[in-house]
Amino acid sequence: MSERIYDLVVVGAGPAGMAAATTACQHGLDVALLDEQAAPGGQIYRSVGKPAPADTRVLGPDYYYGRKLVDALQHTQIDYFSSTTVWDISSERVLSVSIGGHSRTLRAAKILLATGAQERPVPFPGWTLPGVMSCGAAQILLKSSALTPPGPLVLAGSGPLLLLIAWQLHKAGVSISAVLDTTPSSNYFKALRHGLGALRGWRMLFKGLGYLVSLRKAGINMLSGVTKLSADADSSGRVAQVHFQQRGHSRVINCKSLLVHQGVVPNVQLTRAMDARHLWHEQQQCWHPQTDSWGETSIGGVFVAGDSAGIGGALAAEHFGRLTAWQVACQQGRLGSAERDMLARPVRQTLNRLMVIRPFLDVLYQPAVEFLLPVDETIVCRCEEVSAGDIRRFVGLGCSGPNQTKAFSRAGMGPCQGRMCGLTVAQIIAAERNVAIDQVGYYTIRAPIKPLCLGELASLVSHGDKQ
Amino acid sequence: MQHDLMFKRLANEDGGTVLVEIDGATFNARAGDTVAAAVLAAGMIPSRTTPLSGSSRAPYCMMGVCFECLVEVDGVPNVQGCMTLVAEGMKILPQTGARYLSMAEQEMYS
Ligand SMILES: Cc1cc2nc3c(=O)[nH]c(=O)nc-3n(C[C@H](O)[C@H](O)[C@H](O)COP(=O)(O)OP(=O)(O)OC[C@H]3O[C@@H](n4cnc5c(N)ncnc54)[C@H](O)[C@@H]3O)c2cc1C
Ligand code: FES
Repeated sequence: MSERIYDLVVVGAGPAGMAAATTACQHGLDVALLDEQAAPGGQIYRSVGKPAPADTRVLGPDYYYGRKLVDALQHTQIDYFSSTTVWDISSERVLSVSIGGHSRTLRAAKILLATGAQERPVPFPGWTLPGVMSCGAAQILLKSSALTPPGPLVLAGSGPLLLLIAWQLHKAGVSISAVLDTTPSSNYFKALRHGLGALRGWRMLFKGLGYLVSLRKAGINMLSGVTKLSADADSSGRVAQVHFQQRGHSRVINCKSLLVHQGVVPNVQLTRAMDARHLWHEQQQCWHPQTDSWGETSIGGVFVAGDSAGIGGALAAEHFGRLTAWQVACQQGRLGSAERDMLARPVRQTLNRLMVIRPFLDVLYQPAVEFLLPVDETIVCRCEEVSAGDIRRFVGLGCSGPNQTKAFSRAGMGPCQGRMCGLTVAQIIAAERNVAIDQVGYYTIRAPIKPLCLGELASLVSHGDKQ
Repeated sequence: MQHDLMFKRLANEDGGTVLVEIDGATFNARAGDTVAAAVLAAGMIPSRTTPLSGSSRAPYCMMGVCFECLVEVDGVPNVQGCMTLVAEGMKILPQTGARYLSMAEQEMYS
C-alpha cells in the first residue's frame, strides 16, 4: 500500500499557517494543516470562529479580522487536523503526530512550521505563586471562555501586548488596580536611534500610544519605571501582594491576580529538535531559525513562517505565510519562478512596511535585566524547582552551558522540556562566564517534543506506521 | 473552593453547558472550556502541588507551554488541563505531588 504524500504539511493554524495553507491549496497543492488547538486561529485569533464574549467591543476589530482567514480555509480542499500535536519530524519528512491520545504519521514533500510564539518567561521572586499568570493566558481565557481574573488585579511588565490586554480587560468591565510598566527608562534613549523607522511605521506606533492614552484617560493607575518586582503569598499560599520600587520608593499593592508579560519569543521546539541552524537575535533577545528570503531553513524542504521564524506580528505572519506557499508551489512545479516573483513583489513591499518599526519596538521593549538575569532566590526552572542561584553555583563548579546543567540538577528535564527556563538558564550562564550567549548555546531538544504516554508510542510501532 | 478565587464569566455567546465534577463538587462548565479554564472558573486553586517541595501552583500560560495545569482527570494523572476540553461527567481533581516521569523513566519503572 503506498502511503499518501502531501505536497505540503503546515504545522500551526495561526495567521501564517492559515494563509500559507490556503494559498498553497489555491495553486493546486495537496495540503494538510495541523494544529494542537481545537479550532484554527493561532494565538492572536484564538477561538475567532466561535468567540466566547457576547460584546464584540471587548476584543476589538483587530481580533475579529481573523475570521476572514478562518473562513477562507473553509472554502478549500485542505485536510485540516485539529487537536493534533506534532511531536517529531524525521529527516525523511515523516511527521509523528498525536491525536486524542493516539499517534500516527503523515508524510510530506515539503513542511512549513508556522508554530508561532510563546510569551517570554518572566522569572521574578514569586512568579510561581497561584494567582500569578501570563497576560496572554488571561487573554486566552477571555477569548475562549469569556472568563476574567478575580480582583484586585494588577498587570506588570512591558510591551504592546501588556497594554492591549489591559485595555481588553478594562473593556470587559474588569477593575484594574494598577498597570506596572517595567520598561527601563534607558530603553527610550536606545530606541531613539531607530526613531526613523518608528516614524515610518507611525500607524503601529499610534495604535500602541492609543492604548496608553485610553488607559490613562480611563483613570487606571499607570506606573512607569517599575523595578525590583516580587510577589508574596498569604497564608493560603496564593498571591496576595506585589512589591516593587518606583522612583526610589518601595511600594506594595494588594492583589488576588497578577498578570505578567515581557513580550513574545519564537517557538523553536520543532526546529531545534530537527537540528536546524538557529541564530541569536540580539535586539529581540531570543533564538530564531536561520532562513533564506522564502523562509526555507538550513534543512532543505523545511520552511518556517510567522512568529516562529522571528517576531514580526500577526499581519507580517500572514503575508510571509503566502510567500512561503508560493515558493513551495514553485519547488513543486506548480508555479513558474517569474510568476512567483511577480506575486511576491507587492507582498514583500507590504512586509517591509510592516517590519520597519520592528527595531524601534524591539529595543524599546527589551526586558529589564532583572527579568533576564533574575536574583538568586528566583525559581528559574518551574518544573524541577531550580533557582537562579543554583544555576550560578553550577557555573562556579564548571558548568559551561545549558546542557551541562543536567549533570548538576534536573533543570530543563521536566515536562515543559525547557520552554520556561531555556532562555534564562542560557543567559545566566553566559553572564556568569562573561561570554556571548551563542557560545553557551541552548538545551538539546529531542523528540518527542511533547510528553507522550508509553502506550502511545507502542501503538505507533505496532501499527508499523513508522518506518 | 473559595468563591473569591473564582474567575468571573462575562455575558457570553451561549455555548451550552457541560456538567463536570471539580474537586468533588458539581460544576457547570461552558462547552468549549478547557479543563484548566473550568478549574479557574470553579476556584480550584491551587490546582496542583509540586512533587519536589509540595509548593502550590495553578495554570500559568493556558497555551500548552508551562505544564503548570497538570491535574487528575477521571483517575488519570498528568493531564494537561489547558489542552483538554471538558466533557460531560468528567471528574477533575487537583494533582498533589505526582511526578511527571520522562519516557526513559517510565520505561525504567514499568
Ligand atoms: C498568548 C499570546 C497571545 C497573543 N495575542 C496577540 C494579540 O492579541 N494581538 C497581537 O497582535 N498579537 C498577539 N500575539 C502575538 C502573536 O504571536 C502573533 O501576533 C500571531 O499570533 C503570530 O501568528 P503565527 O501564525 O506566527 O503563530 P500563532 O498564531 O501563534 O499560531 C501558531 C499555531 O501553531 C500551533 N502549534 C504550535 N506548535 C505545534 C505543534 N507542535 N503541533 C501542532 N500545532 C502546533 C499552535 O497551537 C498555534 O495555533 C499573542 C501571542 C501569544 C503567545
Ligand atoms: S497552563 Fe501552561 S501548559 Fe497548561
